[in-house]
Amino acid sequence: MKTLRVLYFAMLREQRGLSAETLATAAATAAELYAELRARHHFTLPAESLRAALNEEFAPWTAELRDGDVVAFIPPVSGG
Amino acid sequence: MATSLPSYPRSREVDPAQTMFRILDTALEPSRLRQALHDTRAGAFAAFEGIVRDLNDGRTVLALDYESYAPLAEKEGDRILAEALDRFAVIAVGGAHRTGRLEPGDMAVWVGVVAEHRGPAFDACRFIVDQLKARVPIWKREHYAEGPSAWINPAAGRPS
Repeated sequence: MKTLRVLYFAMLREQRGLSAETLATAAATAAELYAELRARHHFTLPAESLRAALNEEFAPWTAELRDGDVVAFIPPVSGG
Repeated sequence: MATSLPSYPRSREVDPAQTMFRILDTALEPSRLRQALHDTRAGAFAAFEGIVRDLNDGRTVLALDYESYAPLAEKEGDRILAEALDRFAVIAVGGAHRTGRLEPGDMAVWVGVVAEHRGPAFDACRFIVDQLKARVPIWKREHYAEGPSAWINPAAGRPS
């Protein structure tokens, strides 16, 4: 198990009811973590419509998670 | 209907002497933003200002909430500015996006480009705005007279 900080934005923040949380997980990759959280919190966005970010940088879904990482899932953006 | 938005620490202090992309939670000031781009070689200055409209899809817009993952938004914005410097014959580029609650008439985004000539200045300005809208982690939600909308998802076919 590792301990991660997870940040939520926009639609994910509202569906989770939190902007951030610290959690323990056995997920090995960003993709596994999103699948775990999506099942737990019934997020409507499929992973295909999101990007993963690790420690304030975009990361591939296959990126390996390490203890203490800050993970964010980026919903489709709509700035401007 | 007020939503409290999370605030994240700034990844760096605002330094108007440098060309960079900034997320700001205060009103954008074009004259100050432009000062950072001053260069005596410049014969052209092109800017884009994105303003909150009072009508969208025929509905009256009361306000917009903009939310950002600021540290990543500023990094990705900086990368876009660097790409513009690389692709176009321009001298300096800059940009800023506001977060928080905005009302019709408020400026949401500013992009400025200085170059020797107008062609590359216009081209780089458009490139930067288009890339910002497509890549930078910023989200908006509109509040209509009849209530809040969902978070806007351009991929779902909404006008952006």
